Amino acid sequence: MKLDFEHIPAGHCENGVISSLLKYHGLNLSEAMIFGIGSGYFFAYLPFVKLNGIPLASFRPVPGMIFARAAKRLGIKMKKQTFRKQPKRAMDELDKVLEKKLPVGVQTGVYYLSYFPPAYRFHFNAHNLTVYGKENGNYLISDPVMEYPTTLTYEELKKARFAKGPLSPNGKMYYPINIPENIHLKPAIIKGIKQTCDWMLTIPVPLFGVKGIRYLAKRVRKWPDKLGARKAASYLAQLVRMLEEIGTGGAGFRFIYAAFLQEVSEVMDDQRYFELSKEMTQIGDKWRSFSSLAAQTCKGRSSDPDAYNTISNLMLDIASDEEQFFIKLKKLIRNAGK
Amino acid sequence: MEKDKVPQDEGITGGVTREVQYAVDKDGKYVKTFSKGWEPKNIVNELAWEDIQEQVDEANQKIKAGKASPIMHFMAKNQMNPTLLADYAELSKWKVKRHLKPRGFKKLKPEQLENYSKVFNISVAELVNFKPE
Repeated sequence: MKLDFEHIPAGHCENGVISSLLKYHGLNLSEAMIFGIGSGYFFAYLPFVKLNGIPLASFRPVPGMIFARAAKRLGIKMKKQTFRKQPKRAMDELDKVLEKKLPVGVQTGVYYLSYFPPAYRFHFNAHNLTVYGKENGNYLISDPVMEYPTTLTYEELKKARFAKGPLSPNGKMYYPINIPENIHLKPAIIKGIKQTCDWMLTIPVPLFGVKGIRYLAKRVRKWPDKLGARKAASYLAQLVRMLEEIGTGGAGFRFIYAAFLQEVSEVMDDQRYFELSKEMTQIGDKWRSFSSLAAQTCKGRSSDPDAYNTISNLMLDIASDEEQFFIKLKKLIRNAGK
Repeated sequence: MEKDKVPQDEGITGGVTREVQYAVDKDGKYVKTFSKGWEPKNIVNELAWEDIQEQVDEANQKIKAGKASPIMHFMAKNQMNPTLLADYAELSKWKVKRHLKPRGFKKLKPEQLENYSKVFNISVAELVNFKPE
């Protein structure tokens, strides 16, 4: 059984899955639009949360949040299920929903996805993909970060859905059950942008938003001294991976946000969002320079303090740019709401 | 990022796939393009694998010195730490830690060995007979 489902490659898995599920049900919203409405743009530095023993820096809110917010703001009802320690039931339930001719989004652990290039395969449990059919016992998979659709065996999919460790999916699956006939984009966009501005500018803890970038910049400066050359390089490498590796659309989602603002300028019929999109592209380009510089510094694991200083300064510079940007956007959106 | 400047540095994608990259076309409009990869990403990914290999090497040293059991090798190879391994083996962490020592490993019953080898996706023989180079 194979559903007439269109595989749409995307920058980011979560938004990609939602966007293509909605498209199947006749609602055309781009990945960037979902990302913007769901306030996907963010920065958080969480020194007490360790990934591979390295403090976590994230350029997005916790998994599932973007999509939950977007669905709420658009009035879309999703059915969500988890199956703690019941893999068999989780697979049966998936089959049942597929039988009803509904493609299903599932959360998986990347480590068990056999179709990925080996270099991708780390223990990361918040990866989303769509199952859109079953043929000869194999599941038909539309993974948004893959260029083409793929397949998984029953065992592989079961393992991936029950990967263990941080953010374990517990078989989580979801699909839309009610999509309103008339979607009101404008109010959803306004809510999404407002929250992003607030989260980037006003959270009174120095680990989040623009303040978080500054905080991390100061830490980065001290890394070679504090950690030694080898470990400092590992820390920096992980930061670049959070920015660039699978599913950010490049530069820590900054380019996706710029694409979103272009769409907003059309929906709002307001050229000023298009101008801001250009600024966001420049911010994204700066993050790309950061990645490039940081990677060069990691390579060979040099502990040149000058290099770490340059990187830190570039981050401070980006933080200022983002601050200015969101102050402008906040002003613009405040008036749009009236 | 401009469309014609989207990097195409083959590396971690290994010819298996291409990644979506958002970029602007000549009219300044955003489009989704494909990228085979980007050298800075290849560099940092390689570093992450180096870190994993380093842990495997460390485990092998300990096994050779008689200070660790084969489980430590496969744990490192599967990018796990005792907490994650305990999760997968459905054991308590302190038990896993005991099995990481040669003495605790020797006392494992066949079904416990089977349990570990399942987690690592290898045969019991591969686990028990493992010798680091």
